[in-house]
Amino acid sequence: MTDNQKKIVQIDNLCTRYGEVIALDNINLNVYEREILVIMGHSGSGKSTLFRNILGLMMPCSGSVHILGRELTKLNKHDLYELRKNIGVAFQQGALFSSLSVRENVELPLREHTALDDNTIQIMTRMKLAQMNLAEYEDLMPAQLSGGMLKRAGLARAVIMDPKLLFFDEPSAGLDPVTSAELDNLILQLRDAMNMTIIIITHELESAFHVADRITVLDKGKQIITGTREEIKACQDSRVSNMLNRLAADKSVDGDAYLHQLTK
Amino acid sequence: MLSKFINHLIDITLRIGRSGVFLVNGLWKVVTPPYKLFPILKQLHFIGARSLLVITISGIFVGMVVALQFYDTLLRFGSVALLGSAVGLSLIRELGPVLTALIIIGRAGSAICAEIGIMRNEQQIDALECMAIDPFRYLIAPRLLAGLISMPLLTTIFTTVGIFGGYFVGVILFEVSPGSYLGGMYDSVLWRDIVMGGVKSFVFGLIMIWVATSKGFYLHLSSGGNHGSEGVSKATTDAVVLASISVLFADYILSAIIL
Repeated sequence: MTDNQKKIVQIDNLCTRYGEVIALDNINLNVYEREILVIMGHSGSGKSTLFRNILGLMMPCSGSVHILGRELTKLNKHDLYELRKNIGVAFQQGALFSSLSVRENVELPLREHTALDDNTIQIMTRMKLAQMNLAEYEDLMPAQLSGGMLKRAGLARAVIMDPKLLFFDEPSAGLDPVTSAELDNLILQLRDAMNMTIIIITHELESAFHVADRITVLDKGKQIITGTREEIKACQDSRVSNMLNRLAADKSVDGDAYLHQLTK
Repeated sequence: MLSKFINHLIDITLRIGRSGVFLVNGLWKVVTPPYKLFPILKQLHFIGARSLLVITISGIFVGMVVALQFYDTLLRFGSVALLGSAVGLSLIRELGPVLTALIIIGRAGSAICAEIGIMRNEQQIDALECMAIDPFRYLIAPRLLAGLISMPLLTTIFTTVGIFGGYFVGVILFEVSPGSYLGGMYDSVLWRDIVMGGVKSFVFGLIMIWVATSKGFYLHLSSGGNHGSEGVSKATTDAVVLASISVLFADYILSAIIL
């Protein structure tokens, strides 16, 4: 990716803390138009915190986040909401409203933000549900759906407004390999058919390497590397290679000291 | 020790401030358009219509017990003719608003807190924010408005059936004359008493929804970072206890101001 391409997300020197704990330390990241960027890392590496910062759900201690050319930290609530109308977010468990049916969940953004008539809203909703292979489940309640169907329904709701930027939190988590692969193909189709820029948070290697144009690896709040699939595979950093080889971090444990600590 | 106390004080001040801002934000969304008619009707049905049975049954028995107790006391002083006044005034001014509020806190307040807490846990409130839908307008304002409308209506029903419960015990069982029961009530109950009952029920409705919604909404900021199902259950218990105590405290303050 080159700087000639349009930047959809630009993160500069982003730092975030939870009290005394540094959650993100000097993150610098650009995401370009029609790119699929995957953010990877172990549990607690700062993926979700970065996700919340990029969405404006949490404000950084320092640094800046530009989304679609707008600096998030300088926006008032109204402008932030206007910006978010161009962003779709698919949550890990779908985050569907349990009191609404699948169709009602998916059409909610259209009902809230557009003046479209009922008929048009229904047609648009059915199109998105069909795209996600959920056409026959539109009248079911979220509690009646499987994990994969919940994710697809959440994805249908995220793309109902045809956003320029799509976030997907853990698309493969908790899914069987076949369903996971189907969802990965769906993500690629969305990018190709709707020209979306997509940011995915995951720790599933297969899924990440299947869909990503570039991958960012985080560890303990620090950005280790951002690069293409080949650059990540070639990375010599032990934290990256351990992750790729599914190895636990090399920690030497002093058994005597640990026992002493437990019994003192 | 001192620093721990100061930190605790700061934490309490922050919570009070956060709750105050929460209420002002919620009320602002109640009075400013766009109004969410369907969510308001849904909450009116949940808080109001679905509480009718429990309110009616409770009202009848409370009215009967009050009449029984007053009849026994008034009989000692030979003042049984005052039974209607005693039942009417106690129900309209005190028991109607307070008991209705406590029943609705247990039935609807706990459910509202748990529902919003679970929405917080399952990222549904984050999803609303990400869809550029204001959670205050979508979740809080309809519940606040429905609580403010439902509570005075439910209190009126509770008090009315309570008066008829008292009528049953006084007039039918103990043969107090219907004229003295209803006439005495008519003569002794003033507009001021009815206004007092109305104001109390309105304020209690506000307290109930405010406490229930804010406890659920700020579940993620609760002390100890206790989220999950245990966090929801703790927040729900806290909401019921806090709302009940707040209602009783507000009852005393309002009585002292109005009387």
